[in-house]
Amino acid sequence: MTEQVLLDVRDLRTEFKTGRKQSVTAVNGVSFQVRSGEIVGLVGESGCGKSVTSLSIMQLFRNTNGKVTGGEVFLKGKNLLTCSEKEMRAIRGKEISMIFQEPMSSLNPSMRIDAQLIEAIRLHTDLDKKAARAHALDMLGRVGIANPEMVLRSFPHQLSGGMSQRVMIAMAMCCDPTVLIADEPTTALDVTIQAQILQLMRKIRAENDTGILLITHDLGVVAEMCSRVIVMYAGRIVEEAPVEELFACPKHPYTQGLIASVPKLGSGVTSLPSIPGSVPDLSMMPEGCKFAPRCSKACDRCHKEEPALFDLGGDRKSRCWLHESEQVKSTKKEAAV
Amino acid sequence: MGRYFVKRVLSTIPLLLVISILIFAFIHLIPGDPVRKMLPKEATQEEYEQLKEELGFNDPLPIQYINYMKDLFRGDFGESYKSGLPISEIFPARLQATLALTLWGIVWSVILGTLIGIVSAVKRGKVLDYVGMVIATSGISVPSFWLGLMLIQIFSVQLGWLPTGQLDSWKGYILPSITMGCSIMGTLARYSRSSMLETMQEDYVRTARAKGQRESLVVLRHAFRNSLVQVVTVVGLQIGGLLAGSVLVETVFSIPGLGRLMVDSINFRDYKVIQALLMFFALEYIVINLIVDLLYGVLNPKIRYD
Repeated sequence: MTEQVLLDVRDLRTEFKTGRKQSVTAVNGVSFQVRSGEIVGLVGESGCGKSVTSLSIMQLFRNTNGKVTGGEVFLKGKNLLTCSEKEMRAIRGKEISMIFQEPMSSLNPSMRIDAQLIEAIRLHTDLDKKAARAHALDMLGRVGIANPEMVLRSFPHQLSGGMSQRVMIAMAMCCDPTVLIADEPTTALDVTIQAQILQLMRKIRAENDTGILLITHDLGVVAEMCSRVIVMYAGRIVEEAPVEELFACPKHPYTQGLIASVPKLGSGVTSLPSIPGSVPDLSMMPEGCKFAPRCSKACDRCHKEEPALFDLGGDRKSRCWLHESEQVKSTKKEAAV
Repeated sequence: MGRYFVKRVLSTIPLLLVISILIFAFIHLIPGDPVRKMLPKEATQEEYEQLKEELGFNDPLPIQYINYMKDLFRGDFGESYKSGLPISEIFPARLQATLALTLWGIVWSVILGTLIGIVSAVKRGKVLDYVGMVIATSGISVPSFWLGLMLIQIFSVQLGWLPTGQLDSWKGYILPSITMGCSIMGTLARYSRSSMLETMQEDYVRTARAKGQRESLVVLRHAFRNSLVQVVTVVGLQIGGLLAGSVLVETVFSIPGLGRLMVDSINFRDYKVIQALLMFFALEYIVINLIVDLLYGVLNPKIRYD
């Protein structure tokens, strides 16, 4: 499998207006890549900017105060941030598709499933209604719905959460997108359904070589699904690593805290460690490292200067002063080789 | 839905019975004596007693009510004390005038009100939003009798473009129906705006955009369709009020409609006419409510009628 870079986000910055002249930066200097056939996990606590990152890529900020104020988002070499709204419409649903956290409320309650799927298909193809319906039927079969004809004739409220998410996935995949953004696709579902949906996403990736950006706060899902993980905190990337390395040896204290707070079977631990404090308010960001106030390893420098995202080599990055020296070493090593 | 419909229609029967009792009782609470009003001033006490007996006013109220209901079931609404004409003859022409006015008033105000609401919601915080809301608030706050007088003054008296209220051509309907619809237009604009603002935040609207749908269709097909439930409720309530509340407009434009008939009948203590009118208005409210409830089911497939 050749790993072509499909989505290349560079230094993305998104702000929300909070007053006449005030704004908060929800996403600050985020850069990452998604390659073909790869599932990249984007993890972090609520409010860390994961979803805003996905909405920035899709530019879905209508009726909100949000705006992408900097950076570039390349999709197969084309910068989406310079595209007109019309060009973006041709890309949404065709090149990049999205599935959301709440499948039940993400489907229009007053339209039957067939109408919603046919709409999605006909927006990007020349198929007539009949052919689009046949395609919709086929898609529902492919996402593992047992009686697609009946589901097509249903209204969303007649479907279960798992079914709705399958429909959403069918809708997202009906025009063979190159990139799929899944924003917490299993958070609202039962554990068994969750496993089925994840299995389905893996199947889609294997069949179509789709690049998937999987946004989640569930480290279990990340471990099961992703090849690479990006950890976000307060609108910034704090760590990036291949999945095995991240779990075996997390670098950033925040990631360490996150992983430590996941219960492990048979560990005999009676109380779970947690990260003290909470995510800082976007309008009252601490100076220096944004995680410093909650970090047990923070030193004076952490409270004054914000570290850069140090490249530690081998696809690993960390935004922590502790790894500044490692970055130098790895660069030196590379230079010596 | 069919069974629900039949059930609802049947349930109106006891409702109408209760309403008829209430109406009958309250009408007889109005001070004043219709028999005195019917007789010339110089009539003797004997003549008075005779007429009173003829009209059945000497019977106890429950007997009067039962007699009234008996006639009603035979399709006899009684006669007007004032004109002596059967009510079934007076009614149709009056109803036609009021109905025509109300319908025109509703048609334009619903279309314009909803349109203002949608545009204001989509352009929230922009100039168009403010313009829309100024129009809406004015529509609600301007009293209809004043608006009617102003329209007559400007368009009939000064400009001479439109008649002041003869309903013999379509031109005659323009000013009264503008006067009638204004407050509905305003109310509806405000309701549909807030309802649209709510639905525009829904997840499925975001889904529609993520599909690559153009914004105009996102607004109409996905947001507006779902915000209609609230709009229909308001329209239903307003229509009921309009038919019964046409008094002011009919008075200002001297249109012989149901509203005017109501006022005249009350002044004359024309019990039979008042009763017939009130029963009609009650029935009309019930029918409109039924239509609104049925529309809910069409607009929101989640609502089940069983």
